[in-house]
Amino acid sequence: MPEARKPRLGVFKFASCDGCQLSILDCEDELLAVAGAVDIGDFREASSAVLEGPYDLSLVEGSVTTAHDAQRIKEIRAQSKALVTIGACATSGGIQALKNFADVEEYRRVVYARPEYISSLATSTGIADHVPVDFELRGCPISKVQLLEALSAFLQGRAPNLPNESVCIECKRRGTVCVMVSHGTPCLGPITQAGCGAICPAFNRGCYGCFGPQGTPNTNSLVAELKTLGMAPPAIQRLLRTFNANAPAFKAASEAVIAEAKAP
Amino acid sequence: MTERTITVDYLARVEGEGALKVRIQDDRVEDVQLKIFEPPRFFEAFLRGRSYLEAPDITARICGICPVAYQMSSCHAMERALGMKVDGQIRELRRLLYCGEWIESHPLHIYLLHAPDFLGYPDAIHMAKDYPDAVKQGLALKKVGNSLMTLLGGREIHPINVRVGGFYRAPTVAELRAFRPELEGAMKLAEATVHFAADLDFPSIEEDYEFVSLRHEHDYPFNEGDLVSSRGIKVRNDQWEDVFEEVHAPYSNALQSVRKGGGSSYHVGPLARYALNRDHLTPRADQLARAVGLENVVRNPYRSIIVRAVEVVCAIEEALRIIDQYKRPEPSWVEPPPVTQACSGGAITEAPRGILYHHYRLAPGGLIEDAKIVAPTSQNQKRIEDDLRHLVERSLALDEPALTEACEHAIRNYDPCISCATHFLKLELERH
Repeated sequence: MPEARKPRLGVFKFASCDGCQLSILDCEDELLAVAGAVDIGDFREASSAVLEGPYDLSLVEGSVTTAHDAQRIKEIRAQSKALVTIGACATSGGIQALKNFADVEEYRRVVYARPEYISSLATSTGIADHVPVDFELRGCPISKVQLLEALSAFLQGRAPNLPNESVCIECKRRGTVCVMVSHGTPCLGPITQAGCGAICPAFNRGCYGCFGPQGTPNTNSLVAELKTLGMAPPAIQRLLRTFNANAPAFKAASEAVIAEAKAP
Repeated sequence: MTERTITVDYLARVEGEGALKVRIQDDRVEDVQLKIFEPPRFFEAFLRGRSYLEAPDITARICGICPVAYQMSSCHAMERALGMKVDGQIRELRRLLYCGEWIESHPLHIYLLHAPDFLGYPDAIHMAKDYPDAVKQGLALKKVGNSLMTLLGGREIHPINVRVGGFYRAPTVAELRAFRPELEGAMKLAEATVHFAADLDFPSIEEDYEFVSLRHEHDYPFNEGDLVSSRGIKVRNDQWEDVFEEVHAPYSNALQSVRKGGGSSYHVGPLARYALNRDHLTPRADQLARAVGLENVVRNPYRSIIVRAVEVVCAIEEALRIIDQYKRPEPSWVEPPPVTQACSGGAITEAPRGILYHHYRLAPGGLIEDAKIVAPTSQNQKRIEDDLRHLVERSLALDEPALTEACEHAIRNYDPCISCATHFLKLELERH
């Protein structure tokens, strides 16, 4: 009897730092088992062997920043039974989405090296802005535990069981004292999705939002609290505009905080 | 007249996206282009207007493979701009975190990206079928590096504990001591790795490199030291721009660095560090280098795999030393002074792939006015092209697939991180 065909996995990269793909190779204890359960069809960072699509599961890292990539993601989608984005770049455009907020003229004033050699879109956008996405793994970087859960779920044909509660819940579970309440440290934990394990507060610093907005973020309430702690509106805007600056809830709050400061 | 072109559209087993084009005319190599088409991400542009305190977390995102290097170069550059002195146990913890990154990054390259070239496999997964113990050894070693970064940095990719002036939280003595057994285990794996690497077959090639690295008065370099070269450069480590400059080739999304004046290429990374700091290797690393007959200056780029293995031993030994003499610093960071006037500063640290230069100019109040970041792979890019030119000239008799494979192997000798190399281009906007 012929051996049952193993699911075929593709790992694709767009504009990114490679860190989320590296998370796959960082699953040191599980890597050989995962590689045994699937046929790695395309994973250029790890292999020179390439198998033709279609792919049962495609993991996509990075954001769309060029016209060529906007076309390439459509081709990958057409070749993929399921498509899962990995990380903040693929979900919300990543840190490079800061250019979405830039004043075009200001960028033009930057002294170019030889700009005629470069072409780039005016925006950096997440994958779901271009094609349907089956699941988004949050984080800058993603969590290995969540990655393994998502891989298992898709290979077994079930939905991944991952929380969309806030980092505060993870902090409580970890037994970390609230950094904002106890020593007035600004923290995005209340509006940020869990998944990292609430690392920053455990190291005496505030959450800076790597996992993007949680399901129902009360950004107004948090922004008011940050002001009470003495943060000026531009500093609050910077805090909201890092690795998930283009995520709708963070984007809206970052615009509102400056608009309100300017209002008479 | 015959013309041959070798094209590799997509380099595998490197970090990021690049391609290669070689044009040969009548047995002469006319042109070699290492093309980097990783989309530009414009870090220098959007660092403008951010607080200097944000630079370590933001610049870490240039590279998921060596985020610690970005955090360290940015911290040192800011501290130089502000006239701060950070030493003692905080300095030691920074070296310890860097050890973690080397212990993770070098085995990743040795076993998962580079060894398959020597042993004839498309990747480590296929290699594991015939060499299961070697691949498992590599993964186990890499895991210890990741665990050290997690212990000290909170997580292995984009650690969260680094700040200008030091750390948000310093580990307790007990936390570090508890890690000693893992490092001792890693030492055995690293020693075996030196032998594994030394036993591979190497082509007998030597290149005439100008090696460039940091050199410290008594330590193997991570965070500090003068900028030196094998052809007589010796300047302070914030004077990169006095001796090197960046040029922009039309076929690449990354700037290339060259020697100022002559425009020649140079070589950064393990071979350069080792050649210029051989006398500062830790004792066990020194012994092992001798035991496997590693020459004091290695000019064969393929043998970089042995030098990386020796550097892993060096990093583990250094980590053990730091842990053994550790006293918890209180507080865990030096408070930066208020930024009352415009200031600027630069610094270089040794990323696993070679020197990483950052320079910042700050406005009063502490917002960044200008940033310049020069990654190791952009510095090696022109040197890689020179290696390829020589390789192709020597190998014209090879058929197309064999020559292509040889070129890819030569590129991977450098452990190129193309994501790093492409962070900095200025923006040209295409409007719809």
